Amino acid sequence: MNDIWLTMLLGGLITFGMRFSLIYLFGKFEIPEALRRALHYIPPAVFSAIIFPELFLSDGALNLSLANAKLLAGLLAIVVAWFSRNTLLTILLGMAALFLLQSL
Amino acid sequence: MNEARKEFIKGIRAEIPILIGVFPFGLIYGALAVNAGLKTIEAQAMSVLVFAGSAQFITAQLVGMGTPALVMVLTIAVVNLRHMLYSASLAPYLKDVSLKWKVLLSYLLTDEAYAPSILHYEEGGALDFKHWFLLGAGIGLWTDWQISTAIGVFLGAALPANLSLDFALPLTFIAMIVPTMKKFPTIAAASSAGVVALFAHPLPYKLGLIVAALVGIAVGMALEGRKSAEATR
Repeated sequence: MNDIWLTMLLGGLITFGMRFSLIYLFGKFEIPEALRRALHYIPPAVFSAIIFPELFLSDGALNLSLANAKLLAGLLAIVVAWFSRNTLLTILLGMAALFLLQSL
Repeated sequence: MNEARKEFIKGIRAEIPILIGVFPFGLIYGALAVNAGLKTIEAQAMSVLVFAGSAQFITAQLVGMGTPALVMVLTIAVVNLRHMLYSASLAPYLKDVSLKWKVLLSYLLTDEAYAPSILHYEEGGALDFKHWFLLGAGIGLWTDWQISTAIGVFLGAALPANLSLDFALPLTFIAMIVPTMKKFPTIAAASSAGVVALFAHPLPYKLGLIVAALVGIAVGMALEGRKSAEATR
């Protein structure tokens, strides 16, 4: 079995386990307060940890120049996301900006 | 029409607006997954086996970067931890249903099925058939997700590979988290995780992602703790 299938099977099992855990254990276990608070910060932390290298690194090295099309398109997408709160618009304008900058 | 069926249909109805919003995500996921190097069957199987949008997006991204399975599984676990909260929150309403129901409903328990269900349950009323509501919402979303994935996979396979389509993934994440940047600890968690990710990038096995996420979570919690300590002073 290759890595992808192993990942999907184990990842799926773990996901199911977490969804099932407290429905099954109701009354026998309470989520500790610290975990409850940590959960709140998982999405911003994980997503940023993926976004930053995509925008700021080119071939593994920091690239803060104006020639970094992904950085510029990403910054534009952040502004669009902040003001529009519209997912599809953010993706479409971000991709459009990338294509435009790359063809310059 | 009996009560169970009524609840089931109510669940589907409550889910419909969400289905419209989720559909494009399924399309994008399918297209990007095949672009990132997953086979058609793998991209679709992930929608069945994992059935969790953000975890699937991230896994597709990680597959594209050649990440080892263990790191991908760890990432899925961290990203999906929040489902334990939903599980805890719904548990009191599902305590009297059979084990088979608990298993089925747990499999279908996503962000999008949880949201309308908990609102419906908190309204109160006769709770005897309320598990049917979650079933309706869950099956509605499941069907939507599988169909949109399939169409996305089909479209993605037809697109040329050199379009930088993989950039839509970080854009999707930007669209998801930027609107949540309202409080200082959240912003600090996101920025610290991002900066650490830049420096931790050379770590083997893509472990930088996990390290960065843990730092971000710790920073967010520390700042939140300090704030609430100040408030009680």
